[in-house]
Amino acid sequence: MTQPVRTGTGEALPLPEGLPGIVADWSSDQRAFKNVSWGKAMMWIFLLSDTFIFSSFLISYMTVRVSTTVPWPNVSEVFALTFFGESIPLILIAIMTFILISSSGTMAMAVKYGYERNKKISAILLLVTAFFGATFVGMQAFEWSKLIADGVRPWGNPMGAAQFGSSFFMITGFHGFHVSVGVVFLIIVAIKVLRGDLDREAPGFLTGRKGNYEMVEVMGLYWHFVDLVWVFIFAFFYLW
Amino acid sequence: MVHAEGQQHTAHAKGQQQHPISVYLWIWGLLFVLSVFSYLVDYFHFQGYLRWSLIVIFMFLKAGLIVAVFMHMIWERLALVYAIVLPPLLLLVLLGIGALEGDYTFITRGIFFGPRS
Repeated sequence: MTQPVRTGTGEALPLPEGLPGIVADWSSDQRAFKNVSWGKAMMWIFLLSDTFIFSSFLISYMTVRVSTTVPWPNVSEVFALTFFGESIPLILIAIMTFILISSSGTMAMAVKYGYERNKKISAILLLVTAFFGATFVGMQAFEWSKLIADGVRPWGNPMGAAQFGSSFFMITGFHGFHVSVGVVFLIIVAIKVLRGDLDREAPGFLTGRKGNYEMVEVMGLYWHFVDLVWVFIFAFFYLW
Repeated sequence: MVHAEGQQHTAHAKGQQQHPISVYLWIWGLLFVLSVFSYLVDYFHFQGYLRWSLIVIFMFLKAGLIVAVFMHMIWERLALVYAIVLPPLLLLVLLGIGALEGDYTFITRGIFFGPRS
């Protein structure tokens, strides 16, 4: 790939703050996103498109829930677990929420230690994040099998409105898929960090891009987004 | 804020986000507390508008903290922030369409499939 020719004005343009900054950054035939590599900008744009996908799911869930004349199942009871003979409502989902938030915290710190060139701590935190993610997916698998055993199907269930099953499997399934992909990439990035690929700027196996520690941050953006989506699913599907 | 921006400018020039660890730990703690609150909404069986407004408030606080701090949005330039944060507002249109459509379907189902008077 050939590098574009740097003109003398390349980086010398003024960078005003606030609203004038938006106009200045977007105008005059230059790159719009200053101080941000194309990798990070593209991850943000991908996440924006993913936002629309998940929002479409949640809005269609709202539409079917509003339109059904059959009562919606009591989510609080459906996802209750019995500990020592006492039924605690929604406890599994609460634990999953805390696990995912913890993974977001470790991810944020992995990014920080990556930029500080602290390979060991960064890789450990990345692997801890991956472990939390895998735990989350495992608990989701448990939740799915419990509901399937209870007779919940995409086309109906014994507790109430048939739309409950289709919304549940579609939304949580798509989210769980995102978490699973994230876990795989977290492990890949952790190996890259640990091997020193990012220090040596070694080309990646897939794209051949030179390694750098911004990769950890871009990975982090994806992971935080997965957590972000869960915040909305938790609120609208499990609590509403 | 202006001063902090100036100090971090060299790090930003290389596209790096470097912030003290206490920032992340604080936000992590806040997210935990907010999650506990939203769980308690269900645990104490709040109902009606109280339940819905509390759920939405805690949800937006959590989402805001994640995007702003964990995803470093408050330290990015406004051009990127607006390019990412504003387009999802279009979803409000889809939300409105969905609500209208859902209500209409509910009413027609009530008329055609409901008990005959």
